[in-house]
Amino acid sequence: MTTYVLRRLLLMLPVAFLVTVGVFMLIHLTPGDPALILLGEDRSPQAIAQIHQELGLDKPLYVQYVIWIGRLAHGDLGRSITTNQPVATAIGERLPATIELGLVALLWSLIVAIPLGTIAAVRRGSLADQVATGITVAGVSIPNFFIGIVLIFVLSVSFRIFPFGGYVPFTQDPLENLRHVVLPAIALGTAGAAINMRFTRSSMIEVLNHDFIRTARAKGASWRRVVFIHALKNALIPVVTIVGLQIGGIIEGAVVTETVFTWPGVGRLAVESIFDRDYTVVQGIVLLAAFSYMIANLLVDLVYGWLDPRISYS
Amino acid sequence: MAHLLELDDVHTQLTLKDGVVRAVDGVSFHVDPGETLGIVGESGSGKSMTALSIMRLLPRSGRIAGGSIWFKGKDLTEQSEDEMEAIRGTEIAMIFQDPMTSLNPVYRVGWQVSEPLRIHRHVRSSAAQASAVSLLRKVGIPEAEKRVRQYPHVFSGGMRQRAMIAMGLSTSPSLLIADEPTTALDVTIQAQILELLRDLNRDSGTATILITHNLGVVAGMCERVIVMYAGRIVEEGRTEDVFKRPEHPYTWSLLRSIPRLDAEVHEPLHPIEGSPPDMTRLPTGCKFRPRCLFAVDRCAVEEPEMQPVGRQVARCWVTQGGTSLSERGDGG
Amino acid sequence: MSTASALLTTEEPIRRTPIGVLVLLRGHPRVTAAGGLVALLFLVALLAPLISPHDPLAVNADNSYLPPFSPGHWLGTDELGRDLLSRVLWGARVSLPVAFVAVGVGVVGGGIIGLASGYAGGFTDLLLMRLVDALLAFPGLILAIAIVAALGPGLRNAMIAIGIVAIPVYARLVRAVTLQLKQLEFVTATRSLGATPWRLILRHIIPNLLNPVIVQVSLSAGFAILAEATLSFLGLGAQVPTPDWGQMINTGAAFLANDPWLAIIPGIAISITVYSFNFLGDSLRDALDPRLRG
Repeated sequence: MTTYVLRRLLLMLPVAFLVTVGVFMLIHLTPGDPALILLGEDRSPQAIAQIHQELGLDKPLYVQYVIWIGRLAHGDLGRSITTNQPVATAIGERLPATIELGLVALLWSLIVAIPLGTIAAVRRGSLADQVATGITVAGVSIPNFFIGIVLIFVLSVSFRIFPFGGYVPFTQDPLENLRHVVLPAIALGTAGAAINMRFTRSSMIEVLNHDFIRTARAKGASWRRVVFIHALKNALIPVVTIVGLQIGGIIEGAVVTETVFTWPGVGRLAVESIFDRDYTVVQGIVLLAAFSYMIANLLVDLVYGWLDPRISYS
Repeated sequence: MAHLLELDDVHTQLTLKDGVVRAVDGVSFHVDPGETLGIVGESGSGKSMTALSIMRLLPRSGRIAGGSIWFKGKDLTEQSEDEMEAIRGTEIAMIFQDPMTSLNPVYRVGWQVSEPLRIHRHVRSSAAQASAVSLLRKVGIPEAEKRVRQYPHVFSGGMRQRAMIAMGLSTSPSLLIADEPTTALDVTIQAQILELLRDLNRDSGTATILITHNLGVVAGMCERVIVMYAGRIVEEGRTEDVFKRPEHPYTWSLLRSIPRLDAEVHEPLHPIEGSPPDMTRLPTGCKFRPRCLFAVDRCAVEEPEMQPVGRQVARCWVTQGGTSLSERGDGG
Repeated sequence: MSTASALLTTEEPIRRTPIGVLVLLRGHPRVTAAGGLVALLFLVALLAPLISPHDPLAVNADNSYLPPFSPGHWLGTDELGRDLLSRVLWGARVSLPVAFVAVGVGVVGGGIIGLASGYAGGFTDLLLMRLVDALLAFPGLILAIAIVAALGPGLRNAMIAIGIVAIPVYARLVRAVTLQLKQLEFVTATRSLGATPWRLILRHIIPNLLNPVIVQVSLSAGFAILAEATLSFLGLGAQVPTPDWGQMINTGAAFLANDPWLAIIPGIAISITVYSFNFLGDSLRDALDPRLRG
C-alpha cells in the first residue's frame, strides 16, 4: 500500500512541477513589466529598481523560478502587495471560513442527493424519477451566484429570515454563525447536490442489478433492507469519489458564492486581489486551489480502495 | 400425504421489447416432503422462471398470469409481498448459479450467512455469529471461525457455493431450490457440492428442487426428474425410468448427446439438431417439432397433452401412439 | 491521473458509423426538443437587432427603474433607463459567440494536442499528456480566473481562458480515438501503400470523432456559457456597458431591494440557455450510446 502511495506521488511530481511553472508564469504572462504591475501606484524609478532587485527580476527566468520554488518549500508565499502581510497568513486567516462554507454546502448537497438519488433509482422510470432527473439537469444549469441572488431576494429581502451576507465567527456566536452560513451554503451546494443525486442514482441502479440483491431478496429481506443495507453501501463507494473531488474543489465554488454573500473567505480574497492587482496573493490562492485538488484526487483513490474490500493496492 | 409444493397450470409471462414471452406455459408438478426433484432444460426453457415464480422474485418485466402455486396450504400467487418475505429464506430457500456475484462484496461472509436467522428468527448478532460458524462447518468449510470474518472475494468458488448453501439451510426450510448450483464451478468441485447437497437432503429432510441443464447432475442426485422445453413440461417421471427409457424425443436427444466413454473412437457425436426456440415466435403444434427426429404429420398441427407413457408421463404423439424411442434407434 | 480523471475519459468503439441527422431526430424526441430549444436561442441571438424594441445601449435617465409591463418596456428598464428586454435579447449575442469561440479553441487546441499525442506516441505523448494533466489539476473556474487575471479583464481574454480550460477534454478524446485507430491493421497497410497521414486523419479519424465530439461540444457550450457568465459577474469578463447577462446580474444585484428584475431576468436567461445545451448534450449522449442503439 505504501509503495502505491509513493508511486502515485512520484507520478504526480511532473504535474506538480508544471502546475508551479504555470502559476509562476501568472505574473510574467501579464503584458508589461512585472515590476510596474506589482507596484501599482508608486512608480518611482527607485521603487522599480528596488522591486527588480528584490524579486530578482533582473535574473534569468528559470533562476527566478528556482528562487520562488525555494521560498515556496519553506512555506513562504511572498507578501501581499497591498497590505504587505505574508500571503500565507492572509490565506490562513480566511481559510477556516471557506472550509466551513464548503463543508456545510457539501452536507446540504448530500442530504438532498442521497435520498433523492436512491428514490429515483428504486422507482426508476416513474414520474418521481423523471422529475428528479429533470431537476438535476436544472441544478447544474443555474449559475450558483444566481441561486444565491434569488435566495437573498426571497429569504433576506422579502422575508427577513436570513441575513443577506456577512459572517459571525462560530466561536463568537454559534447560532448567528449558522444563520449566516445557510444561504451561501445552499447556493454553493445546489450544483453539487444535482451532480451527487445523479451519480447516486446511476450507481444505485447499477448495484440493484447485481446478483447479490436477488440473493438478499431470496433470503426474505424486505425492499427497505435490501436498498438501505445491501445496496447503499455498495452504491455509495463511487459517490465518495465525487464527494472527495468536491471537497478538493471547495475554493473554486467559493469564489463566486463568497463574493455574492460577502463571506470573508479565501475565494473572495482572490477576487479582491485580482482587482487590487495583488498578484502574489492570487498566485498563492491559485496554487492552494490546484494542490488541494490534486491531493484530493489522490486521497479519493486511496479511500476508495479502503472502502471496497475487493481492491488491494499491492 | 399432501404434497409440500404443488404447481397447478402456472403461466408466467415476460413482457419484452419484441413481444410477450410465455416463459412458463401451463406448468404443473408437485414436490413431496424430503423429496429431490430435478428440473432439466436448456437456457430459455423456463426452468429458472418457474423457480422465480415460486419465490415470486420475477424481474420487473415478468408476472404470473395464471395458475396456482400451493405451498403448505397457501397459494403463493396470492400472498402479499410481506407474506412472501416471511416465507423466503425460512420455509423456502433458494440458491443461485454464480456464487461469485451472488454474495455481497462489502459484507463479511458470516454476516451474510447469519442474515436469514437475524431477519426471521430475530437472533441477536452474537448468537448469530456463532450460528454462522457452525453452519459453515456443517457445509464443510475448514477453519470456519476464521472464514466467518472474511469477505467473499477471498473465498474460492466452491467455498462460496458452500456458504450459499449454508445460508439457505440456516433456517431449516422445508424446501430448497438450487438453480444451477454447480454450473459456474470446476468439475471436481461440482461433484463435491452435489455430494454436499445430497447429504444435507438426507440428513435434514429438506425437499430439494435441483435446476440444471446437465443430465449428469440429475442422475446422481434426484429421485424424480422433469424435463422442460419452451416453457412446458415435456416429460416427467422417476429418474431411472426416464434415463433408461425416455418417452420424449427431446429427452432422448439430450441423453444421446452425452458423449460416452465406452463409445468407439470413430463414432460421431450426436448434438441436438437446430437451436433453442425463439420464444416470441413458437411454431404451431408441438414446440419441439422443428428439431425432432421422430416427428409425424400430426405434430405440426396439434400440440400434444401430457399423458402417461410407459412408466412416466410425456407430451408426445409418437410415444403416446405406442412407438418406443429406443426401438427406433437413430430415428427415421 | 486517477479514478477522478477516469471519469473524464471517454471510450469509443472503432468504426462507428456517423448517425444520420434525420434518424436521430425521428427516433429521439428528446434530441428534437433540445435541438429546437438551442436553435431558438441561436435565432434570438441572430435576430436580436431586429426584434429588440430598443437600442440596448440607449441611456434614458428619466425612465430608469421602470417595472415590467410598463408601456414600451415589457421587462422594464434598468438603472440608466435602458430597456431590459432589449439588453437581455442582445445578451445572447454576447454569450453565444463567446461560448462557441471558447469551445472552438478547446476543440482545435485539444484536437491538435490529442492527435499529435496519439499519433506520435512515445515521449511526445508522455510530455503532452503531462501538460494536459497539469491543466486538469486546476479546478476549471480557478484556471479561467487565473488566466484572466494574468491577461487582464475583458471578453476576449475570457474566451481564451475558457477555451484553455476546455482543451484537456478534447485532447483526451481525440487521443483515445487516435490510439485505437493506430492499432488497426488497415492503418499500417495504408501507410505502407504511401497514403499520407493527412488522408488517414480525414478519412478515418474524423468520422469516428464525430459522435463523441458533438456530445461533448454541447456540454462544453453549456459550461462555457456558465463560465463566461461567472467571469462577467465577477467583473472579469464583459465590461460595462456591454449587455452581458452575467454582468447585468452583477450590477443588478445592488438594486435587489428596489428592482429585483434587473438581476433576475438575466439569470433566468442564463439558466435557460445553459439548460438547453446541457439537455442537448445529455439527450445526444443517450441517443448515440452504442449500447442503446439497435
